[in-house]
Amino acid sequence: MGLDFSIIPKHLDIILLGCAWTIGITVVAAIISFFGGIVFAVIALYAPWIIRQPFRLVAWVFMGTPLLLQLFLIYFGLVQIGIDLPAFVAGVIGLGLHFAVYNSELIQTAILSVDKGQMEAARTVGLSRGQALRKVVIPQAVRAVIPPIGNNMIALLKDSALVSVIGVSELTLSAQRVIGKTYRPFEFYILAAAFYYVINLCMEWVQRKIERRISHSR
Amino acid sequence: MTDKKDFVDIRHAQKSYGNLEVLKDISLTVERGQIVAIIGPSGSGKSTLLRAINDLDPLTKGEIWLDGVQVNKKLPHRQYEKHINEMRQQIGMVFQHFNLFPHMTARDNVSMAPKMLKGLSKEAADKLAEEQLDKVGMLERIDYYPSQLSGGQKQRVAIARALAMHPKLMLFDEATSALDPELVDEVNQVMKKLAEEDMTMIIVTHEMDFAASVCDRVLFMDQGVVVEEGPPEVLFKNPSKARTREFLGKHLGATK
Repeated sequence: MGLDFSIIPKHLDIILLGCAWTIGITVVAAIISFFGGIVFAVIALYAPWIIRQPFRLVAWVFMGTPLLLQLFLIYFGLVQIGIDLPAFVAGVIGLGLHFAVYNSELIQTAILSVDKGQMEAARTVGLSRGQALRKVVIPQAVRAVIPPIGNNMIALLKDSALVSVIGVSELTLSAQRVIGKTYRPFEFYILAAAFYYVINLCMEWVQRKIERRISHSR
Repeated sequence: MTDKKDFVDIRHAQKSYGNLEVLKDISLTVERGQIVAIIGPSGSGKSTLLRAINDLDPLTKGEIWLDGVQVNKKLPHRQYEKHINEMRQQIGMVFQHFNLFPHMTARDNVSMAPKMLKGLSKEAADKLAEEQLDKVGMLERIDYYPSQLSGGQKQRVAIARALAMHPKLMLFDEATSALDPELVDEVNQVMKKLAEEDMTMIIVTHEMDFAASVCDRVLFMDQGVVVEEGPPEVLFKNPSKARTREFLGKHLGATK
């Protein structure tokens, strides 16, 4: 049984649908991980002890355990305490929070390395500490870590394949389903890989766009 | 409101870091519209004193008053934050390293605080930014980012940013020390213009010529105390203290 790529068009609709799901999961989870990363960084650096300590425990769980386990926990575990999330929502939350913790680490370091004259200048015109963080320090910190956050987002895209285990028909699971019908693993896994690659290129393109836009303002 | 004599009133300012006393019981008043230069060797406490006036470096002991209101009032934390933010709106500050916000254009650097704190509309804030940047000769660069400006231009934008809050008092912390020599003058011109408009100014500087030409009074500080003060023509020409003479001898010699 040799390779036969001519079988692809017949099943392309399923693969494309999976591709759309992968893009949807990645985009929503990326947004959660970006804004979540900022919020987590502020909590980790500035929240009172009573909030910071439990938060650190949660952050450790997200960094120190497998994402797969976290997805199981959110999708299957939470049902036991009455929180029954649709698979897509559970997947997006799991991925989003997992990478929010990684982004938060980057953003924390960046916040601490913003020149302290920036906070001083903001305070001397009368801004409160919170206002100064929001308008002056955090925007600069985030600009500084756009490239490594971009790397995290590409890792997020690849890890979105894990969401297949809780039954979201994203690209990898769609490929598996087609293979189940056609017994053509090589062709369809290659096809899925090609789609991942294309999405990856698009993300890099967006990242470059953003970097170019903020190049003056750093 | 107080009478004009003690518009700025520093009473027994004292500051220590552990055992190191950087300000030793300094008392000082500045009249409304007066321009005071503080000179002295590095480590003399002159910047610390300046930064104590708007509570960037809080005093260990002593009081700072501006126009009849105590700046460093003892208040519970939350009330104090509100109070100090209001006081700081009345005290403009210009830093050695400009500290412009690099992610904002000159326009936004100037208009951000008035928009946030005084509730100005976008149009009003834009107009304010244009006026203030025009005043420092930077209107043409209004939509430039700090990275696209020279040091002198950055400092002029920073002055416009401080002026946009319509402060009662301006503090200059070695505003020209980080500039290339050929860029110093454009910043000095702006400060002169402010002086002519009767802005009350306290200037920490190394530039004796500028202090002599613009200031009403000069204070010489060393090791946390005001050694000597007086009008520039007296202090520079006929200092009465040996330490002042020694400092001026070195410094005037070095700049000439």
